[in-house]
Amino acid sequence: MKISLEKAKKICTKSQYGEASWWELLQLNMYLLFFKECAEFSSKNKKLSSLCEQANLHVISEEEKEAMKEKLKDC
Amino acid sequence: MPAHELQPDNWVDLYADYLFNYAIARVSDSELAKDLVQETFIAGLKSAKNYKGDAAERTWLIAILKRKVIDHYRKINSKKGKAEVRINYATDEGEGDWLEERVADPFSKGGDDSIENEELGLAIQDCIAKLPKKQAMVFNMKTIQGMSTEDICNELGINPSNLWVMVHRARTALMGCMNQTWF
Repeated sequence: MKISLEKAKKICTKSQYGEASWWELLQLNMYLLFFKECAEFSSKNKKLSSLCEQANLHVISEEEKEAMKEKLKDC
Repeated sequence: MPAHELQPDNWVDLYADYLFNYAIARVSDSELAKDLVQETFIAGLKSAKNYKGDAAERTWLIAILKRKVIDHYRKINSKKGKAEVRINYATDEGEGDWLEERVADPFSKGGDDSIENEELGLAIQDCIAKLPKKQAMVFNMKTIQGMSTEDICNELGINPSNLWVMVHRARTALMGCMNQTWF
């Protein structure tokens, strides 16, 4: 049941995408109960997810970026 | 010696997403925003000899993009002029009210929110641009494009464990980068 702080943080990140397993979530929640540092990280991680959602970010796909680079080479 | 130098080979990797978010906030059309970003890079290349190096590369590109956005609206407005709707303020019943008050709800916070969200978006893009290229790519694919873990792994030839390590490192770096202003 005991996991390292680094592993707990990684599970925390996975959980931000809804991809942590129930076992990982159980391990994380147990960890959060006892370790303040991980709880702080978890709270910041949640905040980052909410900021990314609020910002409504857009990206250009990698294929489109490659096409852009090609066009620039032709200039 | 100039304070900054242009490095056009890195423009797409370093600034395309930042400029794209800037453009999309102003034209609300993803395809058009992409075209404007491409035009900005081309115009930048063509006028590179005029760059004095006083402003940072990105600031200089944003200035070009601003002109592109203005040109776009000028073009639209010159077409719209033919079908212009005129508002006759004097004959309306709302005497004494400013015309602006009828257009925008003075109690609405919508405008402030969208400015703050744009600022936030550009701050996040700024921090993403500081990440190692592969970390930034994985973070974008997972968080912004919402791609599945399997698709990203297939596309980049990595395993899920590598992916989560990169996402985790990217998020930790972003939290540090944005810490003072946004947390």
